Amino acid sequence: MILVEDKDIVVPGEVLAEGEYYAGRGTFKDETKVCSALVGLVAIRDNKISVLPLQSKYIPKRGDVVIGKITEVRFSMWNVDINSPYSGILPASDVFGREKRDMNKAFDVGDILFMRVVDVDEVKKVKLGLKGRGLGKFRGGLLVEITPTKVPRLIGKKGSMINMIKDHTKCEVVVGQNGLVWVKGKPEMERVVENVIKTIEAEAHTSGLTDRVRDMLNQLLGNEEDKEEEEQYEEELIQ
Amino acid sequence: MQPIVPEITRESVTNLINEGKRADGRKLDQYREISLETGVIKKAEGSARVKIGNTQIMIGVKSQIGDPFPDTPNVGVFMTNSELLPMAAPNFEPGPPDERSVELSRVTDRGIREGKIIDLKKLALIPGKKVWMIFIDMHILDYDGNLLDAAALGAMAALMDAKIPTATVKDDEVVVDHENMQPLPLNEKTVMCTLAKIGNNLVLDPSLEEEGIMRARISIGVRSDGAICSMQKGGERPFEKEEILKAIDMAQEKTKELFEYLPKA
Repeated sequence: MILVEDKDIVVPGEVLAEGEYYAGRGTFKDETKVCSALVGLVAIRDNKISVLPLQSKYIPKRGDVVIGKITEVRFSMWNVDINSPYSGILPASDVFGREKRDMNKAFDVGDILFMRVVDVDEVKKVKLGLKGRGLGKFRGGLLVEITPTKVPRLIGKKGSMINMIKDHTKCEVVVGQNGLVWVKGKPEMERVVENVIKTIEAEAHTSGLTDRVRDMLNQLLGNEEDKEEEEQYEEELIQ
Repeated sequence: MQPIVPEITRESVTNLINEGKRADGRKLDQYREISLETGVIKKAEGSARVKIGNTQIMIGVKSQIGDPFPDTPNVGVFMTNSELLPMAAPNFEPGPPDERSVELSRVTDRGIREGKIIDLKKLALIPGKKVWMIFIDMHILDYDGNLLDAAALGAMAALMDAKIPTATVKDDEVVVDHENMQPLPLNEKTVMCTLAKIGNNLVLDPSLEEEGIMRARISIGVRSDGAICSMQKGGERPFEKEEILKAIDMAQEKTKELFEYLPKA
């Protein structure tokens, strides 16, 4: 017997179903009952019930790309805050190769880097690397933080959401799996993107979000686009 | 330990402030939303809960009869304490009060003491022997910058809310009548205004992010008659004379807004 519907909001301890159901993620089994372990949205697939959390902390996984902040420069590695209960390390050998140079000159405390999680061991020691396209230090721009469960929603199906934001604002947007987002473009456009990202985070659990975000972008940018068109028109006239 | 602010956040926030804007859309001289409730703790003589943006402080006032300090035998005693609860911020730890907690309680105490807000003479019962002792306890529930202003506003509201039992002296003994409560004898009101220096600008009511990147801050306690009763400077960099004078002008202006939040008496 199932007691909830798909996408219902549930609280910890709430009974979701009784009997022939499997307890998926975010749930636990109490004898024959399946109960929620956290605050989130119910997802039902066949006989398996899981709960997707509304808020979460980032748990590092091998292969993820994350945005991190250098917190300490050590003898042969950097300590990196990856917005998670576990801090990451970036070995110096990954940056310099075999020869060792002045660590502070490469990356200093407070720098923001785009990195790949190379390995996570049993005690959750997170090893980071910079090998890959686009990985490295960010210069300028703006950081926005969202809860990591909303990252897939921000990216959208095959990047539909994020590409729409990029197209409308002409900003570079980089999303880390750990919930940090880096935005760079015209200063006023950066603020527009920040607002849009915050809206997506707040409304991630509702449907029809992509359309609403498109409307929001058009509304926020409406005047700007008109201006650009006018400028182009004027330029044409001069020519 | 102060959290490390990313270099690019420092740049973007400073650039924005140089243009006269702020990350949360406020003006440079604008407070976040303030809310103030009094009488929130039944067991305390007076209490208040104050919110400035997401910063939240719970304040209680308790009274007790005790011995005066030997050097001030004819006036009452009052003490201010603050507790930075670990749930308020990731870098607040349990244990004995640290620098930030001591600064907060001392600055709040200073404003009330030097502003002669409480009429301490009326709190003396038997000169040299028994006086009222007033305790102000502040619990920081949530930390999002600018604790000083919130604490001063909340402490003032809690004092105005406080009602202490009537005490009379009979044959050299103090008799406390818990049935008849009376308000604390207050002379004046005070609130505090904090300005942070970011780039070369002064910004009012710094948020947590702004506190992380500010070069210096100055807090000015002002009484409702306009007199300055306390001042505290924080941060690593110095202020210029003109900046302090400008800060005082801004504080005089902005504290008028803060007095509006206090209960009318």
